[in-house]
Amino acid sequence: MNVTTRPALLDVARVRADFPILEQRIRGKPLVFLDSAASAQKPRAVIDAMRGAMETQYANVHRGLHWMSERTTDAYEAARDAVAALLNARDRHEVVFTRNVTESLNLMAHSYGRGVLKPGQAVVISGMEHHSNIIPWQLLRDDRGVELRVAPITDAGELDMDGFEALLADGRVGLVSMTHMSNVLGTYTPAERIVRVAHAHGAKVLFDGAQAVVHRRVDVQALDCDFYAFTGHKLYGPTGIGVLWGRRELLDAMPPFLGGGEMISSVTYERSTWAEVPHKFEAGTPPILEGIGLKAAIDYVQSIGYDAIAAHETALIDHALARLGAVEGVQILGRAQDRGGVVSFSLDRAHAHDVATLLDRQGIAVRAGHHCAEPLMHRFGLDSTARASFAIYTTHDEIDYLADSLARVREFFR
Amino acid sequence: MSDSFDDLRDLYQEVILDHGRRPRHARRLESFDASAKGDNPMCGDRIEVWVKYALDGTIADTGFQARGCAISVASADLMAETVIGRSKADTHALFDAFREMARTGSCRHCDASLAEPLERLEPLAGVHEYPSRVKCATLAWHALVAALDGSKEASSE
Repeated sequence: MNVTTRPALLDVARVRADFPILEQRIRGKPLVFLDSAASAQKPRAVIDAMRGAMETQYANVHRGLHWMSERTTDAYEAARDAVAALLNARDRHEVVFTRNVTESLNLMAHSYGRGVLKPGQAVVISGMEHHSNIIPWQLLRDDRGVELRVAPITDAGELDMDGFEALLADGRVGLVSMTHMSNVLGTYTPAERIVRVAHAHGAKVLFDGAQAVVHRRVDVQALDCDFYAFTGHKLYGPTGIGVLWGRRELLDAMPPFLGGGEMISSVTYERSTWAEVPHKFEAGTPPILEGIGLKAAIDYVQSIGYDAIAAHETALIDHALARLGAVEGVQILGRAQDRGGVVSFSLDRAHAHDVATLLDRQGIAVRAGHHCAEPLMHRFGLDSTARASFAIYTTHDEIDYLADSLARVREFFR
Repeated sequence: MSDSFDDLRDLYQEVILDHGRRPRHARRLESFDASAKGDNPMCGDRIEVWVKYALDGTIADTGFQARGCAISVASADLMAETVIGRSKADTHALFDAFREMARTGSCRHCDASLAEPLERLEPLAGVHEYPSRVKCATLAWHALVAALDGSKEASSE
């Protein structure tokens, strides 16, 4: 029924040929990998870039006075340029490398929360956050008395804008830290509106873009946000490298996060001074190979193009909502108007873990559980759901196979 | 299309599906001597177990309330069915044996006196082939043993 909306721009067969792992068979069946929101598979370009660096030019970065180190430093710093271009950052120094989004958010809670926010101020999150955007602010609250406020969400799984704005009314909110796309509901939060409202009340805005950046072009100038975090491994890159982008003047005003080598300007026992951003926030030997891999992943995504990616995934989502929604006993969680490539669902006759185990027998990989978003699950009276998530290599046939398999899982538990 | 879930019958035997769907002991006891909660933070499964002792110290009755998968509910129910009438020491020994069975598929060095109750729990032995599901089968036992030992909480992690 969605044939007409299939995008002409993205050649899925060609994309799939770029991902060696997709040739695998699981228990004698073709691998149907619908867990990319947890971590995406890697294209050959990423694998080759990392292996190539290890085989030909590997050394530590930033301090070696030899050819290998210079080459490696160039390759690693090229990743910073790639991220700056991806996000449309004004200045490459605004790109801080971390381990993952969790570390980016902890960096923010530590350096912005403890160094810039004052006790009595507040941080606003939403009711659909991953635990990584809840716990750091709870720790900050308990440590420094920075209040934590939670903006409500609607039954459809969208941000309640009136409820959100009400939380900002007293002018005490210093920072809004919110998901750009829910890893459970698939909901895109209305980023531009959030920023307008927050700025009008004197609050800065940080987005957790772990999911969003995979599916849509993110332009931090257009969003007008102040900070943006994402991670490499969901964007077809390696694990172990994440990004925190922030406006230069804000990063400059923040104290360091971790202390150690690389982040200093000078050190004496009495007093040390810090390196300029971004190195102030990058203590220790950085994730060198991971940076090189991330650059390759960004180049790969850019070569496909976000227009094609977004069109492909919109078609997949429409197809999935129609097909899964038509399976008897399947209940889809979240009905947001604006959504990306994840669908959470429950089945009336079987627990999500049983569903996942049976689907695994069909070669289908889905996630089951609370998806690191317990408060959100409780908001909907659930303990767990199964979640199928889509990527550039996901096909309509795979979604059909999932829907057919779910009907059979239900039959199994009759 | 042939039923390619056939090979899952080792995990989801009819006994499991039946007890998972219609547990006989899924109830809070009116009066009880011990209780404990168990939870598996990795997957969100939760259970609460209540125990009533007889005068001789054996388990007179036990009941549970669980939110979890078919394996965890069926395991809790089979556990309740199996431990009623047993002493604390017997129940501890049975837990150790069951845990080994859940992890390895059998309990080869187990005492012969455990053969009969283990046979009743045997339908759950299939979980050993699904490492991520072993804790589903053992969660209820962790909670029961915590109740017997006077702890309030248990975790299958």
